[in-house]
Amino acid sequence: MANKTVPHENILEMRGITKRFPGVVALDDVNLVVERGEIHAICGENGAGKSTLMNVLSGVYPHGTYEGEIVYEGRPVEFRSIRDSERIGIVIIHQELALSPYLSIAENIFLGNEQTNGAVIDWNATNVKAAELLKRIGLNERPETRIADIGVGKQQLVEIAKALSREVRLLILDEPTAALNDEDSAHLLALLKELRGQGITSIIISHKLNELLSVADRITVIRDGRTIETIDNQGPEKVTDERLIRGMVGRPMDHRFPEHTPNIGDEVFRVEDWTVFHPIDQSRKVVDNASITVRRGEIVGLAGLMGAGRTEFAMSVFGRTYGVNVTGRVYKDGQEVHLPTVQAAIGHGIAYATEDRKRYGLNLIDTVQRNISAAALRKLSRRGVVDANAEQNTAEQYRRELNIKTPTVKVLAGQLSGGNQQKVVLSKWIYAEPDVLILDEPTRGIDVGAKYEIYVIIQRLADMGKGVVFISSELPELIGTCDRIYTFSQGRVTGEVAKADATQELLMTYMTMDKDVTVR
Amino acid sequence: MSTDLNLVPTEPGVTGKPTLRERFAGLGGNTRQYGIFAALVVIILLFYGLTGGKLLYPNNVASLVNQNAYVMILAIGMVMVIIAGHIDLSVGSVVATVGGVAAISLHDWGVSWWVAVLISLALGAAIGAWQGFWIAYVGIPAFIVTLAGMLIFRGFALVIVTQSIPVLDKTFNGIMSNSLPNFASRIGKADVLTLLIGALLVVATVWAQLRARTSLRKHNLAVEPVAVFLTKVVLASVGIGVVTVLLSQSDGGTPIVLVVCGVLIVAYSFLMARTVFGRHIYAIGGNRQAARLSGVNTRQVDFWIFVNIGVLAGLTGVVVTSRLGTALAAAGNGFELDAIAACFIGGAAVTGGIGRISGAIVGALIMGVLNQGLSIMGVDPSWTQVIKGLVLLLAVAYDIVSKRRAGVR
Repeated sequence: MANKTVPHENILEMRGITKRFPGVVALDDVNLVVERGEIHAICGENGAGKSTLMNVLSGVYPHGTYEGEIVYEGRPVEFRSIRDSERIGIVIIHQELALSPYLSIAENIFLGNEQTNGAVIDWNATNVKAAELLKRIGLNERPETRIADIGVGKQQLVEIAKALSREVRLLILDEPTAALNDEDSAHLLALLKELRGQGITSIIISHKLNELLSVADRITVIRDGRTIETIDNQGPEKVTDERLIRGMVGRPMDHRFPEHTPNIGDEVFRVEDWTVFHPIDQSRKVVDNASITVRRGEIVGLAGLMGAGRTEFAMSVFGRTYGVNVTGRVYKDGQEVHLPTVQAAIGHGIAYATEDRKRYGLNLIDTVQRNISAAALRKLSRRGVVDANAEQNTAEQYRRELNIKTPTVKVLAGQLSGGNQQKVVLSKWIYAEPDVLILDEPTRGIDVGAKYEIYVIIQRLADMGKGVVFISSELPELIGTCDRIYTFSQGRVTGEVAKADATQELLMTYMTMDKDVTVR
Repeated sequence: MSTDLNLVPTEPGVTGKPTLRERFAGLGGNTRQYGIFAALVVIILLFYGLTGGKLLYPNNVASLVNQNAYVMILAIGMVMVIIAGHIDLSVGSVVATVGGVAAISLHDWGVSWWVAVLISLALGAAIGAWQGFWIAYVGIPAFIVTLAGMLIFRGFALVIVTQSIPVLDKTFNGIMSNSLPNFASRIGKADVLTLLIGALLVVATVWAQLRARTSLRKHNLAVEPVAVFLTKVVLASVGIGVVTVLLSQSDGGTPIVLVVCGVLIVAYSFLMARTVFGRHIYAIGGNRQAARLSGVNTRQVDFWIFVNIGVLAGLTGVVVTSRLGTALAAAGNGFELDAIAACFIGGAAVTGGIGRISGAIVGALIMGVLNQGLSIMGVDPSWTQVIKGLVLLLAVAYDIVSKRRAGVR
């Protein structure tokens, strides 16, 4: 039990936290001890309960809706709302940033905490204080700049400045680097270390194990709503990512990518000289004369940094769902086809599973069953009437074969975890029986175990003779699963690398290649 | 990992025996639906008590149907619009315009009653197509287009009708005021035809439910426990039975307009629950982008939803003109709000994607019972408005609070 006489080593102790949702135990007797002034990482599979735990801590789930005890600064605390936790210095920064895009940096920092002199806002004080905070976090922007005008990486820093303005003592970051490029991620992690020097304790949740290992003092692994272990990352023995993964999925993983011998056939899909302009800034070429080919049974990777134009390329091919003044030719099985609409694309056997499954991939307020059938309802209907029973059987089949974790297929898609939602999206497109499947970041934001399952699914699809286009930002993933990889840079195809030759260094060289040079 | 992935769908699989939780999980989604039916029963019983039983006098039941037919017909179209994430503010004005044209066609052109009805429906469709064009193909928000429509068609109604045009065609007027001819005469006070229709409906309900059950079995899917199944069927039959007996004792028997409403309810419930078109409406309302990227022609669906509500508004124009025996420029004033309120009381989501035809109908009936009950009690109509407003507010508040409690992860 905590000793009440000596100064407390531990800023936070969560003891025996159990949180139930109808039908699910999300957290089962979780214990978490965070020492003062450390960076404490939490890792675990999606649906392991990390976010739920942080929501319990920050008061999103008020006291009384969970069992167990939270001890903060040596005293038991009972938060009724997120306000209560913020008042005593606990600030949580969610994956989806909570900034108002058309307000300035300074206004956002002091939103809800306005600097006033009595009745009206003191703009001078607001901007001066904001400038100080920006300096402290190393963000070189004017306080008057609108949030919409800065990148995601900088927005993340503004969130931290906002937390600092509230005299944060325990900073919780949920997947802070998920949307950031390497440079911005590095900056953010360095900042966390710097803040640690200033006495601020951080809890960081992340899927990027290398990041955690480089920044965390201690790492707690959570699996299936239970604490598995807390590992000291400062000890004499170096912690490896294999060690973490073993804890997360509860089984050793000999190889992170499934073995696969491709069976490659004839060309099934070819795009030639594809050029797309930005829908708003219509003079800007987003995709510039790109050409790719895909053969049956082949998994073709598209590598590129953020803004390289891979998603824009895919979406503009898939029924012109992005961009203006699109030019170029598409060939399916050697025949030129025109795909002016999504229906036409699906009709020609082309499917595109979107990068942003919540916004573009799923109807979150409808059932798993109806999401799975959404792209191929005609297969389940006669004269416009849907056979709901056959539909349910189909959905059940995909639930089993893709191992979608849900009690029934009548559950709303919004209630599944990210990995399972992704499997629903994949089911939808597999059921549409396409010949060419374009998968845009299918493993983003999902846990290691589910990723592996998705690699297996992708390989099975290739073995069925489909051409798979695999867009990903994780190079190891592309190298591990693709038979051939194209690199994109600034809208152009800058390289084509066979599996045997693919190394991260080579791909990165092509991916950062300047616009004027094209190597084929 | 040795996941045995065989992604080619084989023959319909055999679902394992469902667990208890799985059996009841299916009920979860319907609790709101059962709740709204329960609320209707509670309100009926409440006013039954408050009016000393007058609420359920046979003639009052018949007039409840006659007076609220317009809300039910409009609510059917409106709930589809709302599920798709739109709104239609113009239906009241469209009712007035169509009613005016119907009256002119009968009065001035001397067409027969069925031609007048066809003209009305066609005009409704044309108006719907006009509004659907702006919404679906130009991309103007429905709120704006139908607000404009509300002004435009009210204006047209004033121009063509000025104040009122009488309708003298007996058949046309009979649509609303008449009942089905009771050629089977009466047994005691009860109209035999009405009893027959009621009996047929009970048989049809039981048969449909049994058939659905057999079909589930055939697909190896879980069926409801027998007790739940029986309770549902018995409650539905009792409900139909009570209404049948009451109506059979009214002066007219079965109002024609009730038959019209009944057919519409069954047809549109089927459309929304079982057809591809219905699915697309839910898909669009739930996530328009995802629907588009799944190959749903969102523009086309939007367009037809508005054509549809135009036709239903046209039908309402016929019903209202027939009931009054005259076309008024001010007809249909505020109908859009009644229809919208019925949808939201009936559980449609403000943000789209959720809602049911049956819910909207029950919402319309709840408002109708409130109206009728309060007026029998002699409550000032001004207060009736206040009470209806509060009911709408509380119904939506209940919805939102209960959703929040359920916890959206």
